[in-house]
Amino acid sequence: MSEALSKKPRVGLFVTCLVDLYRPSVGFAAVKLLEQAGCAVEVPTLQTCCGQPAFNSGDRADTKTIARNVIAVFEGYDFTVVPSGSCGGMIKEHYPELFADEPDWAQRAKRLAARTWELISFLHDVREIDSVAAQYDGVVTYHDSCSGLRELGVKHQPRDLLASVRGLKLQELPGAEVCCGFGGTFCVKYPEISDKMVQAKAEDILGTGAGTLLAGDLGCLLNMAGKLKRMRSEQGVAAVKVRHVAEVLAGMTGAPPIGEAGE
Amino acid sequence: MSSARDQILGDIRKSLRGGAALPAAAAAQLEARLKNHPAGLIPRRSGGRDRAGLLQLFEEQITMVSATVRRVRSLTDIPAAVAEYLSSQNLPAEATVATGTLLDGIDWKQHPMLRIRRGTPDPKDQVGVSAPFAAIAETGTLMLLSGPDSPSTLNFLPDTHIVVLPASRVVGPMEDAWQRLRHSRNNDVVAASMPRTVNFITGPSRTADIEQKIEMGAHGPRRQHILIVEDEQVA
Amino acid sequence: MIPTSQAFKANAHEALRDAYLQKALENMRAGFPQKRLEAISRLPEFEDLRDQAKAIKDHVLENLDWYLERFEKNVTAAGGHVHWARTPAEARDIVMDICRRLGARTVTKGKSMIGEEIAINDHLEKNGIVPVETDLGEYIIQLRHEAPSHIIAPAIHLVKEQVEQTFREVHTDLDPRRVLEEPRSLVAEARQVLRDKFLAADVGITGANFLVAETGTSVIVTNEGNGDLTQLLPKAHIVLASLEKIVPTLEDASAIIRVLARSATGQDMSVYTTFSTGPKRPDDADGPREYHVVLLDNGRSALLGTDFQPMLRCIRCGACMNHCPVYGAVGGHAYGWVYPGPMGAVLTPSLIGIETAKHLPNASTFCGKCESVCPMRIPLPKMMRHYREREWQKKLSPPAARIGLGAWAFLARHPFLYHWAAGWIAATLGWLGRRHGSFHNLPLAGGWTATRDMPAPQGKTFQQMWSERRTRRAA
Repeated sequence: MSEALSKKPRVGLFVTCLVDLYRPSVGFAAVKLLEQAGCAVEVPTLQTCCGQPAFNSGDRADTKTIARNVIAVFEGYDFTVVPSGSCGGMIKEHYPELFADEPDWAQRAKRLAARTWELISFLHDVREIDSVAAQYDGVVTYHDSCSGLRELGVKHQPRDLLASVRGLKLQELPGAEVCCGFGGTFCVKYPEISDKMVQAKAEDILGTGAGTLLAGDLGCLLNMAGKLKRMRSEQGVAAVKVRHVAEVLAGMTGAPPIGEAGE
Repeated sequence: MSSARDQILGDIRKSLRGGAALPAAAAAQLEARLKNHPAGLIPRRSGGRDRAGLLQLFEEQITMVSATVRRVRSLTDIPAAVAEYLSSQNLPAEATVATGTLLDGIDWKQHPMLRIRRGTPDPKDQVGVSAPFAAIAETGTLMLLSGPDSPSTLNFLPDTHIVVLPASRVVGPMEDAWQRLRHSRNNDVVAASMPRTVNFITGPSRTADIEQKIEMGAHGPRRQHILIVEDEQVA
Repeated sequence: MIPTSQAFKANAHEALRDAYLQKALENMRAGFPQKRLEAISRLPEFEDLRDQAKAIKDHVLENLDWYLERFEKNVTAAGGHVHWARTPAEARDIVMDICRRLGARTVTKGKSMIGEEIAINDHLEKNGIVPVETDLGEYIIQLRHEAPSHIIAPAIHLVKEQVEQTFREVHTDLDPRRVLEEPRSLVAEARQVLRDKFLAADVGITGANFLVAETGTSVIVTNEGNGDLTQLLPKAHIVLASLEKIVPTLEDASAIIRVLARSATGQDMSVYTTFSTGPKRPDDADGPREYHVVLLDNGRSALLGTDFQPMLRCIRCGACMNHCPVYGAVGGHAYGWVYPGPMGAVLTPSLIGIETAKHLPNASTFCGKCESVCPMRIPLPKMMRHYREREWQKKLSPPAARIGLGAWAFLARHPFLYHWAAGWIAATLGWLGRRHGSFHNLPLAGGWTATRDMPAPQGKTFQQMWSERRTRRAA
């Protein structure tokens, strides 16, 4: 049995700004999945943001300050797990390069990067979970968030796990790998272009006939949910329930879908 | 005042090495690399095939690019094959044929209905016949060299291009074609002995510039017909 | 070409509303990526070939001065001439000198991005010489007085009705009753008209995909054959090329050619790949009497030894823009200069300055698709981010952005303040949005809510709820 599986690893959950602020149920779903996978989960309170907004705006100085905080807060854990490909990619791919000219911090960043994982790929590739005990009735379609896909190789893992959910039928999304147009600050700087991109994405989603849209990144999900809801009120298109994939895999779909009000 | 040349080279050296020229040892390595001109990775598709395998690959590839191909046994079959092809395309039985050892060795008068001109094409010529130096099976590509006997314009001006290709001239990858060229020029191609024009031609001319729809015969020939001569004696 | 890159947002706004352009972009998005996938699926070695191509170019760039000198030596030995141009103005003068000396009246042109960069057509016209574009796409846009919108398919932004209209307006000596609906008849007409121009030209100008140092050879890659008729028929062949086009040997050129057409159009090889060395030899049956290569710097030497050196590996295949969702939404003209799409987002500020081109590296989601398809493995998003860093340092970003991000970074550095503020925002927005679950309008997010709802937060932060849960469990 691999070392990673032989003991109960201590996992630091990197919550991410959007999950923290917008949708805690994703965080609780992540905790449940990690505990089910035999991990002891802790949530450091000193965490804030991974620094990506500053990084992608060219503010390297602030990015480094924020990154140093993340490194310091998380370096004691066996693993750092992130319910987001984009924040996960920031820590895993970009932190080491950020400190390329500071050998000590580069070393610490590399160590953290080596132990940082996006949530679903952690469950599948590290904890070797190949099925979940969840039920979800309906046709589901899945969007591949860009950072998760291209920086972290998250592709088949969510699909493998969704295949084990009882009652769930996965309808592949044409252009699943095409960017939804969120891009962090991009949707604020270039809203018209962003809208064109999410419009194309929404049309593809509606074209699958799926009643539910899932993805692994809340930024993408907010963007797509917002567009689908506006199209529903303006054009009367079908309703699509939008959730983070962790919610379905954890069997925690009690909270209203993204953008919907509670009962 | 330094010339543009000096300034550009100086700027490059400044950017790369703080102004210094390449050290002698490094320059010697570059010299050696040019001299050895190593070939890189050759796709498995085109390596290690025998003659029959190469011809098969060539035919598969050339058909994919909308050229047509036919095998004949020897050079004596060529005039009839050309006449037949022109007739099948409803084209008049006339052609402009390049000169040179291979094409001169064909008895064009065998087929009196076939009206042949030799040499450089007139812009109004409809059919050109040339012989490539080599053909590349990997991609279905013909390698044609400019020369006294082979006007490059013959590959482009006429609407129909017929090619007489001895089977022995078919190689696998492009690198082997370069190797043959180097060998034919006393074992190494240097600038002075490189032909003016080396055309690698893969199928008939086409464009997709209007709405991405492929149309043939943009400026070069719209038809390419290859006659492969199987006779091993024909080099 | 006068840049309009600073007006990228306004250009994009127009582009999004241009029905013809949107239809044309839809065709492009459906075509190129699929063709590339099919081509590379037939070549198992494709990934290794990408690595090899990158290695060859990296090697050349590290030794560019040596290879350029060797190239020049071999061109000269073959009877050709190499001219060095620091700037577009010097390049234009060199071309004009040759044309004047030969008494040129018309000049045919193969497609050349360097030609666009130095605006050679305008210059020739000002000096009484008629330039005729011969690549079908370039010919069409020349007639329409437009700039190319894609580096390998310059008229990709047009639908056939627009081409028909232009041909009818310009080819006035042809029968007005002729049928010109289909691409086939449009191509046939262009072929007929341009054939005469090819034969009449005094000088032919092409670009170069590669310059081979070993033999002093320039290489062009076309599907139409126009580049060949351009260089073979006139008295002189002029090649316009930037410094970084050098490869060491014929074999190196072949290695990179394997990834070029597949990445560009999904063909294994383009129809015509032509290696040209010097003028016609004394006994040759045809060919140009003179051969000139104009080597243009215009900012390339300044990129060497910097974070932007990898950009010089670009072989102008266009794969990045074919796959870019931003380019796919607004097309090439929005970028405002010669080079559009992801490669343009890096090359344009490199050549004309970040002040003019500042939008281009910003108009990206960093989805990374461009880098994933680039045959030369150029890290385009990373270099776009470098330009964002330059802008930040030079304070070129809009003040609202700097203030907003500054505030965010401040909070992120102060966890207790951050959590307090997050709790406050979650509670407020959660409460305001509780009825519908989303906002139809949200102050400060007008760009988003103009066309999308903004989902409402759940009302508490995860940290709050986690702390409450721990307290409950401890009790």
